[in-house]
Amino acid sequence: MDLKQTLNELRQQGLEQIKAAANLEELNQIRIKYLGKKGPINQALRQMKTVTAEQRPQIGALANTVRDDLQTAITQTKDQLNQKQLAVQLAQETIDVTLPGRPRALGTAHVITQVMDDIEHLFISLGYQVIPGPEVEEDHYNFEMMNLPKDHPARDMQDTFYITNEILLRTQTSPMQARVMEQYDFSQGPLKMISPGKVYRRDTDDATHSHQFNQIEGLVIDQHITMADLKGTLELVARHVFGQERQIRLRPSYFPFTEPSVEVDVSCFACGGQGCRICKYTGWIEVLGAGMVHPNVLVNCGIDPQVYGGFAFGLGPDRFAMLKYGINDIRELYANDVRFLEQFQGE
Amino acid sequence: MKISTKWLAQYVNLPETPVELAQRESVTGIEVDEIIQPAAGLKKLVVGQITKLTAHPNSDHLNICQVDVGTDEPLQIICGAPNVAAGQKVIVALPGARIANNQKIKRSKMRGEESQGMICSLQEIGFDETVVPEEFKNGIYVFPDEVTVSLGDDVYGYLGMDDTILDFDITPNRADTLGMRGTAWEVAAMYDEQPHFQHPQLTEAAQPAQDVLKVNVADQQLIPIYRTRVVKNVQVKPSPLWLQIHLWNNGIRPINNIVDITNYIMLDYGQPLHAFDYDKLAGSQINVRLAKPQEAFQGLNGQDYELTDQDIVIADEQQAVALGGIMGGNFTKISDTTHTVVLEAAYFDPVHVRKTAQRHNLRTEASIRHEKGLDLSATPEALDMAAQLLTQLGEGTVLKDQIIGAQCPLELPKIKITTARINHVLGTQITQAEVIAIFKRLGFKVTSQGEQLVVEVPLRRWDISLDADLIEEVVRIYGFDKLPSTLPVEAQTPGHWEPQQQFYKAAQATMRALGYDEAISYALLNQTQAQAFTDAETTAVQLAWPMTQDHEFLRQNLVSGLLNDLVYNIARKQTDLALFEQGRVFQKVHAQDARPQEIEMIAGVKTGQVAQSNWQQASRMIDFYDLKGDVEALLSSFNKQADISFVATDQLAQLHPGQSAWIQVDQQIVGFLGKLHPHYAHQLNLPATFVFQLNLEKIWQLPKRSQIDHPAPKYPAVTRDIAIEVAKHVTNAAVEQVIQTNAGPYLTQIQLFDVYAGENIAAGEKSLAYRLTFQDPQATLTDTVVNQHLAAIQTALTAQLAAKIR
Repeated sequence: MDLKQTLNELRQQGLEQIKAAANLEELNQIRIKYLGKKGPINQALRQMKTVTAEQRPQIGALANTVRDDLQTAITQTKDQLNQKQLAVQLAQETIDVTLPGRPRALGTAHVITQVMDDIEHLFISLGYQVIPGPEVEEDHYNFEMMNLPKDHPARDMQDTFYITNEILLRTQTSPMQARVMEQYDFSQGPLKMISPGKVYRRDTDDATHSHQFNQIEGLVIDQHITMADLKGTLELVARHVFGQERQIRLRPSYFPFTEPSVEVDVSCFACGGQGCRICKYTGWIEVLGAGMVHPNVLVNCGIDPQVYGGFAFGLGPDRFAMLKYGINDIRELYANDVRFLEQFQGE
Repeated sequence: MKISTKWLAQYVNLPETPVELAQRESVTGIEVDEIIQPAAGLKKLVVGQITKLTAHPNSDHLNICQVDVGTDEPLQIICGAPNVAAGQKVIVALPGARIANNQKIKRSKMRGEESQGMICSLQEIGFDETVVPEEFKNGIYVFPDEVTVSLGDDVYGYLGMDDTILDFDITPNRADTLGMRGTAWEVAAMYDEQPHFQHPQLTEAAQPAQDVLKVNVADQQLIPIYRTRVVKNVQVKPSPLWLQIHLWNNGIRPINNIVDITNYIMLDYGQPLHAFDYDKLAGSQINVRLAKPQEAFQGLNGQDYELTDQDIVIADEQQAVALGGIMGGNFTKISDTTHTVVLEAAYFDPVHVRKTAQRHNLRTEASIRHEKGLDLSATPEALDMAAQLLTQLGEGTVLKDQIIGAQCPLELPKIKITTARINHVLGTQITQAEVIAIFKRLGFKVTSQGEQLVVEVPLRRWDISLDADLIEEVVRIYGFDKLPSTLPVEAQTPGHWEPQQQFYKAAQATMRALGYDEAISYALLNQTQAQAFTDAETTAVQLAWPMTQDHEFLRQNLVSGLLNDLVYNIARKQTDLALFEQGRVFQKVHAQDARPQEIEMIAGVKTGQVAQSNWQQASRMIDFYDLKGDVEALLSSFNKQADISFVATDQLAQLHPGQSAWIQVDQQIVGFLGKLHPHYAHQLNLPATFVFQLNLEKIWQLPKRSQIDHPAPKYPAVTRDIAIEVAKHVTNAAVEQVIQTNAGPYLTQIQLFDVYAGENIAAGEKSLAYRLTFQDPQATLTDTVVNQHLAAIQTALTAQLAAKIR
């Protein structure tokens, strides 16, 4: 049998075996068998000396072609087998993606914190400093500096937890107005601050009263601050918290530390002002107190009321949270039932 | 203050309905809390006359009445009232009527006899018990004879129930509306109307009042105004119905003509009056003075009071007969036999009145007005008006002249203001003419000197003394709704939280990321809770007058509040809980400190399972190391340049002595963590619970770790595992300490990956296995170098801790 025929037969056989290979291992055996150093092709080439000189190039070319053809077939088959094997592996690895993931608990911010942070962010964006103050306060700052001298009847409006005659738990964040104003250097520019924090009143806890709650005090003092600025600022807050469609309404009121003083109502967000149970059929909900800083307070802080003036407001995050989320009992805010807390996942 | 709109309409034209008035007043001056329409909801209540009365055959207290209600046939109505009698004109609820509380009246049979309706008491048609005249308190109401009524007419008009009453929620500065005349001024200003009032035209007898009574006022500062009149020959009887209606519609019970007149004048002018029975006064001199210590006084409410030397009294020659500005005394009160009346109109120092009222827990309509402020210009007229009514309604004779015990000079405040100033404060462009018009509407006198306005404010508006007060008047009458809406225009200011606040907020965020819900608990606790979890030599802060022992002390730790929260949740079947709180604790460093330090802390509590068992993993109860891992994560989030260590302690009584530790940073204690002492947990009914607390202020003060870039290492790290066997009491910290100090320069990490005791380990010993990572940033470490260092570590462990290398 001449060499040429042998090579052709080898090719024929090899291709058939490659095609029939069941797996990569078998394929590898076939590769070694045909293309290995001691494989038939190399052996055939070693017999070249028996071939005539003019046949040698032909045979050589044929041998190369056979080797290449086999190599190509192996590569192709290898790819096919690989893909088949991958498909099997993927099928085996298929899982039920609807099974629950491993639980990771995420904590929730308290709803009051959420409301306070939201309002604080708004005022920071408006250029206000946030200045916290002491919860245990002096009568001097809580009342006297705020134009509430010792015998002022309006002190009855706020039942106070006293520690001594002169020391008390602050009933409002307003004393921070005085603490900040008496230190403030107006050559540094206008004073714009909010002061958030806890306050305390000698109230019996019930659905609408809590002996502990929160306030955010606001204060802006400069040479040209107007009551219209107060109205615009409060409108911004009301819309930020309760929705862009809200209107506000100012009503006259009385606070010893502001004059004029106003209560601020926001148009009812439940009924849009038509009147409903939440707004007691008035269309309006009272949300905060505010006013122009009383000249006596400015004088108490060493500020000339003919030159400087401004506005102050005090809002209650507890009340805001209750209104915004329909919480009917203020005690829920302090019981910390996790089922209550975890409802409020933030906006 | 309840404002009868019918009464109001006598003084000022009301262009709107009472409901509209209430709405407008709420945005102009005084909030109207409630609109009361006494007749609302009532139906078929008419005047009837009892024509015949016979006893019910089957009852010892019921009567069968034939009642003429203006129809052809009289109605038969069974009535059980003790005061029912033939001939009376009464309130009849017809069949189908609605009386108070939406109760329906039907024809019925009472013990066999038909009843075609009901004869009503005032309470049954909605009157408050406290305003019903004494004689009708326990029976039906009977119309007085002098009132002309038509049988079958609705009763509402006759009884003043067709009125609309507005409940004014009066702020402390607006005491001027504690009288109808002041309210009329307010409403007139709102509507730009002119109020019109009647003034007294008194006929006096020739005899001067001075002849029968002397008045001596000891302290003209405390009692700036004290005036009296004497009225003789008074006949005491019930007031006419119109006067009674005025009183009950304003929440006051009619008593007799004299007392009713004083109350009526109080409601009208806002000036409290008092009437004494002259004949019961000992002697003929009244002394207005401070009480003697422990002086006895019996009020006309029948109560005995022991007075102090800070109470103002009106005394006769023997004893105190009235508590100034608050209440008259029982001994000189008006009775059916009174003939001569001393009427008093005065102004007592408001602070004294307020304190006396507080001291004796005796708040009255009079004291409220004295405390809040009177119209000092109204005293003489109010007194004269009362005297005039006594002549009209009690046939009295008024003796000549008021007796003036004290009368301070009255000066109207004059306040200067400019329109420019008003606009500057309000941000408006109101004209001078508008401003002047507003002041005139309010009844203020205005004179202008060029730009300058001088505003003279009547004394009824004692609350106005500064230009700011005038600006408030202008803006409320001008209308808050017309105020523009602007934002402050000024130099830009940077808005920010203090870095410290940001730090606290970041700590909160980390705790949430670690799976803890934020709680906000009460800062006032009971003493045990407030002082728990503290060993420091600090003094607790106690309230002077706590409301309950549960909220008597300011917390010195945050954990107690969180434990309360756990108790609350566990009682509600919530078992797997992780809560944190960030807030302040309060402690006095020295007992004599005026104020405590307020220290920002963060604390966490955890109980129950790490994760509930699920399809992949079995449940596992939380243990110390879960909590410690959380604390370590929180501490590392602070990124502070400091050595953190956990030092076992048994110093905190509420914690398990074998499972608690101080958290130290650079040798300084900044907090604690541990398991709740089983005994304490048992007291609280809590399962195994783990707690920690950190002092955020101390941690804040630590230096921050530098944030300068170190390139990621180019050379590979080498790890070596080392397992040792040591005595059980040898702590991990001790082992790590030895490794650290003997590891040479290249050790970058020690990781404990196994702790084992039991089989194959000698009793009293444990096996610890560590993975050590070495790295040289400048070169590839060779085995030789690493092995050298490892050998040094092993030698040291053996030498210092008697460790067996495994």
